[in-house]
Amino acid sequence: MSGLLRLATAGSVDDGKSSLIGRLLYDSKSIMEDQMRSIERASRSRGSDGLELALLTDGLRAEREQNITIDVAYRYFSTAKRKFIVADTPGHLQYTRNMVTGTSTADLSVVLVDARKGVLSQSRRHVAISSLLGIRQIVVAVNKMDLVGFSEDVFRGIERELRDFTERLGVPRVEFIPISALLGDNVVDRSSNMGWYEGRPMLEFLEQVEIPERAVSGFRLPVQLVIRPHQDYRGFAGRVESGAIRVGDPVGVAISGLTSRVASIHVAGAVAQEAKAGQAAVVELEHEIDASRGDMLVSPADPPARTDRFEAVVCWLGDRPLKTGRNYAILHTTRRVAVIVERLVSQIDVDTLEPRPANELNTNDLGRVVLRSASPLFVDPYDENPSTGSFVLVDPGTNATVAAGMIEQSFGDRVLGSEANRTISFAGTADEAHRLAKELRETYGHSVLVLDAGHAEAGRQAAAQGFVVLFTGGVVPGALVGDREDLWRTLRYSEGDGDGI
Amino acid sequence: MIAEAAPAPIRTAYLDELESEAIHTLREAAGQFERPVILFSGGKDSIVLSWLARKAFAPGPIAFPLLHIDTGHNFPEALSFRDRFAVELGARLEVRYVQDSIDQGRVVEETGPYASRNALQTVTLLDAIAELRVDAALGGARRDEEKARAKERVFSHRDVFGQWDPKNQRPELWHLYNGLHRPGEHFRVFPLSNWTEFDIWQYIAAENIPLPELYFSHDRPVIERGGTLLAYSDLITLLPGETPEVRRVRFRTVGDATITGAIPSDASTLPQILAEVVAARTTERSGRADDQRSDAAMEDRKREGYF
Repeated sequence: MSGLLRLATAGSVDDGKSSLIGRLLYDSKSIMEDQMRSIERASRSRGSDGLELALLTDGLRAEREQNITIDVAYRYFSTAKRKFIVADTPGHLQYTRNMVTGTSTADLSVVLVDARKGVLSQSRRHVAISSLLGIRQIVVAVNKMDLVGFSEDVFRGIERELRDFTERLGVPRVEFIPISALLGDNVVDRSSNMGWYEGRPMLEFLEQVEIPERAVSGFRLPVQLVIRPHQDYRGFAGRVESGAIRVGDPVGVAISGLTSRVASIHVAGAVAQEAKAGQAAVVELEHEIDASRGDMLVSPADPPARTDRFEAVVCWLGDRPLKTGRNYAILHTTRRVAVIVERLVSQIDVDTLEPRPANELNTNDLGRVVLRSASPLFVDPYDENPSTGSFVLVDPGTNATVAAGMIEQSFGDRVLGSEANRTISFAGTADEAHRLAKELRETYGHSVLVLDAGHAEAGRQAAAQGFVVLFTGGVVPGALVGDREDLWRTLRYSEGDGDGI
Repeated sequence: MIAEAAPAPIRTAYLDELESEAIHTLREAAGQFERPVILFSGGKDSIVLSWLARKAFAPGPIAFPLLHIDTGHNFPEALSFRDRFAVELGARLEVRYVQDSIDQGRVVEETGPYASRNALQTVTLLDAIAELRVDAALGGARRDEEKARAKERVFSHRDVFGQWDPKNQRPELWHLYNGLHRPGEHFRVFPLSNWTEFDIWQYIAAENIPLPELYFSHDRPVIERGGTLLAYSDLITLLPGETPEVRRVRFRTVGDATITGAIPSDASTLPQILAEVVAARTTERSGRADDQRSDAAMEDRKREGYF
């Protein structure tokens, strides 16, 4: 069980969302005495009789003045079993972007429903966005049960209605819990007012829940920077976003398509034999391969797609609308390149995820777009790998972050694929082949083996098994097929785009 | 090798996650900016941050200099620790003095018994950022410290005046940090955003990180003022009725000697401090007179460019 659970909540003060968080903090004894005194003081000065636990979470002046949550706030509490990070976000339509932001790093969403009002579009919206962002466990807190006489019928009605919706969206797991955040029923302690409820109280559930694993892609390490303390060491620093790697394992370098083996690994500063998903590593390769920030170390057997054209769902965060033909900078893993919006496929209804035609996307709109990038990106679908499947767009004029995106499909080919991946096939004469080999040698400083078509199969097989023997120095850019001009265009392309940020 | 990587007994799994997240952020700062510095106060948070920075770039050297804004009102123990620690980390240390800002007429010193140089630091800091052409200043601030900090980004933009605009922050999604900026603007970067005070202490204990003696229980002359125990020194102007007395205390934060409150404590080892932190019922900043000036004191100071 992971010791850290990141959860996202969304809702307005009316739902009692802030009160729920306040209650979790208060009842788990995570609120300190001076915070309590400060809330008591603030509650009194606002003319409130009771203790407004919502004041714990609404930190900015404007929020206190307007009695709403504007921004994402992060809260922390721990129990003996787990540490919790709560991303607390507003629920109104005009704050969809904050909801998306808070949910982007969450393992689990807590969706609030007011028992008196039933399922409103705000609750549906939060479920829809959670599903879109790949949340695999949702907890629906049916709040204010005290105001409907702790009625099981009311609770079951809401459960039926929302379960129907989550099933349609394909959310793997949904838990419904009847609570009263104000009075504390089923938040930390089991409620004595709802004997019909057989499930666990909220906190107990959160302490015990296991987030279902998703199918993730192979080893990925986006290079953040190169560490070079002296001539004899060159390490690629980055976080392992998926998979694992051990000393001696074969490893591919995304931009050049070259392959080498792991010579040494550091994890969090110490020498290690292995680096696993989530760890901050430095990887040294056996061969001297040129790579820098914006490149990626990958599993040669299960590489990301190399693409300069892909379809994605975006949430528009910017003030100026998204339009077809506009240019942005894309931040994807550690890579930054220019992109153009080639096509706006559809807008997506935030409450139902249904598509509808649109000419532009405005702030807080969701939509499906096709983007084309100036140099290739190395991507996985978001639902297989949120790290290599997510990106943000930046307005080059203002540097503002204007969109959050999730890649659904790429139109590139898997050039680093395990089959036939380190051979170059092209239609030409032997002379031309040797000339190409010479240019490659000069460009990359490695030896290149030239095989005629009769031996190509042997070369492919060797490469497919992870042997780079035939291509000493681990040289050859992968799966290049075409005439000589095509080849050179592709090679120059990948050569010139390694500058990242 | 295996023994070296084995976790210490009290190390929990989530500490590794927090460590890895902080290292990722430190490397993003190194990767995205030209001239980052670590804002080093000599307090435990900036000590942990610098410790993590050494790990982030190993086996290479630490990628940032440490920048200390010296108010002239520091605890002497904190200064001597600072110099030793910088040498141990192999980091360059830059010090800029509030006294210089006062002498140059850039700021006017507060007077009276409640005088503090805490607010004046902002000017000296912004001057140092301009002088050193710093484009990213990394700080040890945590979101659990204070409610305005709870909403601040990990990469937090500052305009050409060094100011923070809390209503116009860039959305921060996944772990994608947008550090793009125009000349003259800079970023504050907070790799410890998701740590709590308890996490910091657990990590210090697990890693056996050196700390100034101030954090451990010791005998010291103090005065009691407004419910806080202040260290008695030349910097304190006594109010009528105040007499210094020697008490056994320690500090939970180390800031300006004029405003940082001590707590009565017998905790003289890290395990004892951990036990005390678990049992503590007040947040650590409650001993900081600067936060108690108004309910939104921190938000107001942060807007102006404070740490």
